[in-house]
Amino acid sequence: MTLALGLMRRTGLSPLAYALFGLLIVLALGITVAVGVVPLSLAQVGSALLAPWQDSGSDVVAQAVVWELRLPRAVMALLVGAALATAGAAMQGLFGNPLADPGIVGVSSGASLGAVAIIVLQINTLGSWTLPAGAFVSGFATTWLIYLLARPSSHPGDNARLLLIGIAINAVCGAVTGYLTYLASVEQLEQLMFWSMGSLGSVHWVPVMTIAPIVVIGVWLLRRQAVQLDLLALGERQAQHAGVDVPRLRLGLIALTALLTAAAVAFTGTIGFVGLVIPHLIRTLVGPGHRHLLPLSALGGGLLLMLADLGARSLDPPNEIPIGILTATIGGPFFLWLIARQGRAGRL
Amino acid sequence: MLRLEQVSLDIDGRRLLDNVSLDCPAGSVTALIGPNGAGKSTLLSLMAGDRVPSAGRVLLDDVEPTRLSARELAARRAVMPQDSMLHFAYRVRDVVHMGHALRDLPPDEDEQRVADAMAQVEITDLADRNAMTLSGGEQARTTFARIRVQQTPIVLLDEPTAALDLRHQEQLLQRSAAWARQGHCVVAVMHDLNLAAAHADRLALLENGRLVAEGTPWEVLESQRLETVYRQRVAVMTHPERGCPVVVTAP
Repeated sequence: MTLALGLMRRTGLSPLAYALFGLLIVLALGITVAVGVVPLSLAQVGSALLAPWQDSGSDVVAQAVVWELRLPRAVMALLVGAALATAGAAMQGLFGNPLADPGIVGVSSGASLGAVAIIVLQINTLGSWTLPAGAFVSGFATTWLIYLLARPSSHPGDNARLLLIGIAINAVCGAVTGYLTYLASVEQLEQLMFWSMGSLGSVHWVPVMTIAPIVVIGVWLLRRQAVQLDLLALGERQAQHAGVDVPRLRLGLIALTALLTAAAVAFTGTIGFVGLVIPHLIRTLVGPGHRHLLPLSALGGGLLLMLADLGARSLDPPNEIPIGILTATIGGPFFLWLIARQGRAGRL
Repeated sequence: MLRLEQVSLDIDGRRLLDNVSLDCPAGSVTALIGPNGAGKSTLLSLMAGDRVPSAGRVLLDDVEPTRLSARELAARRAVMPQDSMLHFAYRVRDVVHMGHALRDLPPDEDEQRVADAMAQVEITDLADRNAMTLSGGEQARTTFARIRVQQTPIVLLDEPTAALDLRHQEQLLQRSAAWARQGHCVVAVMHDLNLAAAHADRLALLENGRLVAEGTPWEVLESQRLETVYRQRVAVMTHPERGCPVVVTAP
């Protein structure tokens, strides 16, 4: 494994990285569908997966468990992880800062505020869609507010301003969210806790199909900005000199990040660390070029979240640990290791 | 090729440039000289299109930079900044390639241009090095190679030799002059009057935002004028080999 990783780094064999992640995702998908309160053998998983296309009466329970419970969950983990990690890579590229994550432009805290407000104030206009729709809209709107306050379009050198206003608005959102949490009843608190630490518990195919096109198109559109993101590594001014319309690129990146992140957190709550750690990992594997960094981050993020969700529901069955706890538990030490390994080489 | 027409710039009520008119023809190196704070880099940033003049016009090939998109502007002028930065661990060859990354070149031509530009400033050996770990001089040469790869008719250099040792100062300025001979318009902000005198065809001397002299090195580098502008006693001599003026300070 170490040898393979070293080889990839030296020769820039990104095809090997795609193959590796593809293989790991297929493996993880198989395992995550097999493991659970009702354990299934790989043979059962296989026949259940093929059941819709076969006439012979197969195991109905296995089929229901695979198709109605575990598969949508695994696909959701893949999509949400991909969205968060790709958005994280884009924000790190935009701000030229390896500590940036998708939440830096306020999407997550805005979505949290929206979700908490909906739960505590018992808003129910759209039925079961109220919470995801509210979280999505408030996440997107918060980013927009930050962008409007920073008004960065006039100047290429305004990312710092955007960052500072983002910090301020994130703090305000946190305060209001805190106050609403303080007002919440005990049952509401339980719901809030799960939302603020993330969960894939109630996922079915409708949410999966809702965010799938957003994630696929969002990642594809971000990938199209790869060359311009590379040029941003020279700093905003020099990127502009080399032909990048920095204000326009910035607007596009922020809009796509808000879209991806808001879509990701709308159904599953805020899940930390994926957007921060995965782009780092990919950079150490294939270098900083965004042509491969963005799609490989999508694959890596999806893989990490799928594994984290597997842990979330199998460490303490039949209870479910909030997935955000697991991503932070894996992500924190891993991040420390990365920093210790690379910090001195000046490469983060 | 590059023309300034009565350009002034005010920022926060301060006049940074005052009625500067200057013609930088193709095929020549123009050095912008003057004491600290005279407005050299500010003038260069107007030429680059980073700032818009408060009065007057900047013309790149008869077009004002504000009328051009970032990409159109990047096809006309390249800018070597005073200090270059890099946020992630790209290899030197990747950084040089960034000069023309937004143009769709056939891979062969792309690689050839990058290799040529690296060879010209002797950084071929560094091609696969992490560009974040370069010394100041290596960084400056990498940036110069990147600017070259951009292949623009107008080349703006902001103190290109500040971080370089003697050999590489000479090399980079010779390359710039040769570049000008091929028909490019090269404008460089320079502190070192002797390097400017040796390598530039024309000098433009700035003082407090005003252009006080413009012409060949012998025309501009007059000891009395320099003493007034720099408030420092100097003597102007003749370079034994080049025949250009040499400015030495006197106590």
